[in-house]
Amino acid sequence: MDNVLNYVPELIEATAITIQLTLAIIIVAFVAALVAGSARLSRWRIVRLVAGIYVEVFRGASALIILFWIYYALPFFGVSLDAYMAAVIGLGLNSGAYGAEIVRGAILAVPKGQYEAATALNFTSLQRLRYVILPQAIVMMMPPFGNKCVEILKATSLVSLITLTDLTARGKQLATITFQPIEVFLIVLVIYFVIASIISFVMRRLEAALARNVGRRVVA
Amino acid sequence: MIWDWEYAIDVLPALAEASLVTLAATFWGFFFALIIGLVLALLRRSQIWLIRASTGFFVEFVRSTPLLVQLYLLYFGLPQIGITMTPFTVGVIGLAVHVGAYISEVYRAGLDNVPAGQLEAATALNFDSYRRMMFIILPQAIPPIIPALDNYLVLMFKDTSLLSAIAVVEMLQLAKILGSESFRFLEPMTIVGVFFIVMSLLAASGIRYVEARVGRGST
Repeated sequence: MDNVLNYVPELIEATAITIQLTLAIIIVAFVAALVAGSARLSRWRIVRLVAGIYVEVFRGASALIILFWIYYALPFFGVSLDAYMAAVIGLGLNSGAYGAEIVRGAILAVPKGQYEAATALNFTSLQRLRYVILPQAIVMMMPPFGNKCVEILKATSLVSLITLTDLTARGKQLATITFQPIEVFLIVLVIYFVIASIISFVMRRLEAALARNVGRRVVA
Repeated sequence: MIWDWEYAIDVLPALAEASLVTLAATFWGFFFALIIGLVLALLRRSQIWLIRASTGFFVEFVRSTPLLVQLYLLYFGLPQIGITMTPFTVGVIGLAVHVGAYISEVYRAGLDNVPAGQLEAATALNFDSYRRMMFIILPQAIPPIIPALDNYLVLMFKDTSLLSAIAVVEMLQLAKILGSESFRFLEPMTIVGVFFIVMSLLAASGIRYVEARVGRGST
């Protein structure tokens, strides 16, 4: 065990890549989710259709298959992405497809009276979305988004299978070098667990802040 | 033409065979996940505080950490303590524990929804704790959560692709092998992707059908 603990700094170093990837993927996924989620409620059939196909395709195939497809198969169309870009785009779009359903559900869950009231107050449809619907919808999106962020952290481990040296990849290397896979992988799992706990904590704080925000608006 | 039909048809039979491995892993993984999930859910209701707390921590830990690393721990770790199993068995165990941890939360919701009076009535009728659980609580707790369990079957199906990382030759692993032999990844990878998308869509419509039948359609 002593000898394994010596490698902890190396694991922490690789954790930086994991955290970096997690943040980049969260951003891509969030944007994709907002766009696709709103697009699925669009007035235009073609927009709804395209968004629907995106969601079904990127949710239907598993994250790893999407990753492999982008990394191995996409170059045949002349698009070669390096492993990092493939990971951010592939996992981002995969999580974004799940997120789109969260966004859609949250927008639909805003009571109909809110739309009617905003319309009665002569809001344009964009103002209605910006000032009335989204602030309430985002509060409802937050708990599932928090879970999704932890899912994204977990999904980053897949990048080790397309040659990136993240926490999982480094753990696998060290397990081979030290001949102590149990100790190494347990440490790796604990590091993931700590990051996941931090993400959950931050998301809960954010959730509470956003809920207060809506509360204030209602009172004012 | 980028897409080579001849090659695609060439690799199809092998991929179809590998899909049986994918489906078998899904089936056995889910079968054991249902059992593990129930055991975990019951342990979380134990009268002993330590069992409740440690089960709760275990579930949270498994749910917050990547399945891939859990599979590595089992695949590379078990031989270290003298246990050797086939990659397929290791994979099924890993999937079952991971998804079982998620499913235990579903069972928990089902168990919590059984009115307390049922337990009290059973106790008043002098049922022992085993009979209370088997004949009174579980028959009421399980049926309402069946639609929710289906989603985890789909999750399990998608997660089987991770078994490719521990040398199980399921569809994705085979696609990778075929691709590196021929330097053509496009066809095998696309076939696998389409297979997964079609299966997920079929499962999703199956679930909607079941939910509509049970009368718990999503709102």
